[in-house]
Amino acid sequence: MGVALKAGARFKSAVCDTQVMVIKAPAGDYDLCCGGAEMIAPTAAGSGAQVDPNHAGGTLIGKRYVNADESVELLCTKGGAGSLSLNGTALEVKQAKQLPSSD
Amino acid sequence: MNIATILDMAAEAFGDRVGVVCGKRRLTYAQLRERAHAAAVAIKAANAKYVALLDVNSPAAPIAIFAAAYAGVPFVPLNYRLTRQEINELVDRVAPAYLITSADYQPLIAHRRDVQIVLRDAFLDLPIAPNAIEAGDDPRAVAVQLFTSGTTGKPKAAILRHENLMSYIVGTVEFGAAGEDEATIVTVPPYHIAGISAVLSSTYACRRMVQMENFEPKQWLDACRREQVTNAFLVPTMLARVVDHLGDGPSDLPALKAVAYGGGKMPLTTIQRAIKLFPGVDFTNAYGLTETSSTICVLGPEDHRAAAGAKDAKIARRLGSVGKPTGAVEIQVRDESGRVLGTEEAGLVFVRGGQVSGEYLALGSQLDADGWFPTRDRGFVDDEGYLFLDGRADDVIVRGGENISPGEIEEVLMTHPAVADVAVVAMPDEQWGEGVAAAIVLKSDARATEAELQELVRGKLRSSRVPQRIVFKSALPYNDLGKVLRRVIRQEFSAS
Repeated sequence: MGVALKAGARFKSAVCDTQVMVIKAPAGDYDLCCGGAEMIAPTAAGSGAQVDPNHAGGTLIGKRYVNADESVELLCTKGGAGSLSLNGTALEVKQAKQLPSSD
Repeated sequence: MNIATILDMAAEAFGDRVGVVCGKRRLTYAQLRERAHAAAVAIKAANAKYVALLDVNSPAAPIAIFAAAYAGVPFVPLNYRLTRQEINELVDRVAPAYLITSADYQPLIAHRRDVQIVLRDAFLDLPIAPNAIEAGDDPRAVAVQLFTSGTTGKPKAAILRHENLMSYIVGTVEFGAAGEDEATIVTVPPYHIAGISAVLSSTYACRRMVQMENFEPKQWLDACRREQVTNAFLVPTMLARVVDHLGDGPSDLPALKAVAYGGGKMPLTTIQRAIKLFPGVDFTNAYGLTETSSTICVLGPEDHRAAAGAKDAKIARRLGSVGKPTGAVEIQVRDESGRVLGTEEAGLVFVRGGQVSGEYLALGSQLDADGWFPTRDRGFVDDEGYLFLDGRADDVIVRGGENISPGEIEEVLMTHPAVADVAVVAMPDEQWGEGVAAAIVLKSDARATEAELQELVRGKLRSSRVPQRIVFKSALPYNDLGKVLRRVIRQEFSAS
């Protein structure tokens, strides 16, 4: 069962504190998981299950997570113990270009 | 997608950190969010279509920006330096509204039933919201509306959607990048795009904002010392006034690490003196527009150092460049017919990217089919991608079919030791259509004749660039952010 990832949409982990916001994603259905469990709507109740030890790398607030070709980008708005995966592949932290503060 | 997420994240990760300082008032990010939630409840209860702010900098500005986002209505700051009539015309365009102001400006607003006026102190003291408020997530919703100072006719209402501002912030600022000891001083007014982006960038970086009601060089220096300010943003005239105030004396700002500047053309002499006065400080030139959600190009600290010490003329001239695109946008230079130009070829600057709104209320999107926005700035790019600006397209003098940029003539005139300030504009000419005219301010006790200034230009540039008329003035007209009002000067030459 997949979900559409519309820019601006928010999801939370069913098994840890992680929350994400979609920055960009091509149209289509995706299997978005955190801590090994499918992510849920921000208002839905968590499952009460534990983070899968194979998906326990954790997320960090403020980091952007991308797939291999960086076509999908999520912003972590709250960190947690689980790690993110998309269609079965772990998402990686996007390396941000360091810019001087301009305002 | 909603800019309220910026505050949610800061409050979540650094809730106890002080986010805003204004005089004796200090708010942590958690308190800032609490105040924004409280205000959102009041805004919703007012059934307002806009949250307007007619006031100088205070904590009410960041609270109102985020409260409007939580409440799902646009934030529209108004310029408190406008006339009473101009202010009320803008109020009419945003009613029904929830309007925050202070006792200083309230008398300017005509009473009307569809505008709920709230004084700043009452706004800062609203009762705590019974529940946390979830912001909407429509990326196309309008977050901020800014009235641009149009040169003719009514001010245009530029709209910035949540997706534009979030694209800018996420694309150019690292979340929580600031250390606990970092503070940035905000002197630009809340109705300017730099005032909006200062709030959003500082909150996302979790860098304490020190607000100043109005800019004055001594007060600015005092506030920097008192609050151990590490970062500052100044428009060129503000930096010039700081430099003048310091004279040859020491800056005595040991905490200051970085100064960013933008919002107008920086005179080379000012930045050169500033680099000497603040030897340990990182300078960044930020170029952006209201319609692009702020910064699109930066000339960074390394570029400044390289250019300041360069013998190679090509590198040295980069001190006058606005730098390279941030990575969140692309830049293109085109000629009048739309052909994309190569390096060193001057034309019109276009920009594309998620942060570019390029949209006005009623007029709609100004983007072309491929998403490019015409900035109406003229410029060229060098072979390493540095963008050099050459004035506004509207300011070009067309003399007998030849395009003449005022900037190159002004630069030559500024090299005269007696010249303190200059603006070159078009004047009506029967033979050529337009001719070159110059308004010049001489330094006190200095002298120069019209003939000798014309000779100076003739010696450096083609004869078509020589001003056919020069008037000497005691001062040039500027707006409150230090942009010279060429329109006013042009009118004087047309009338005479």
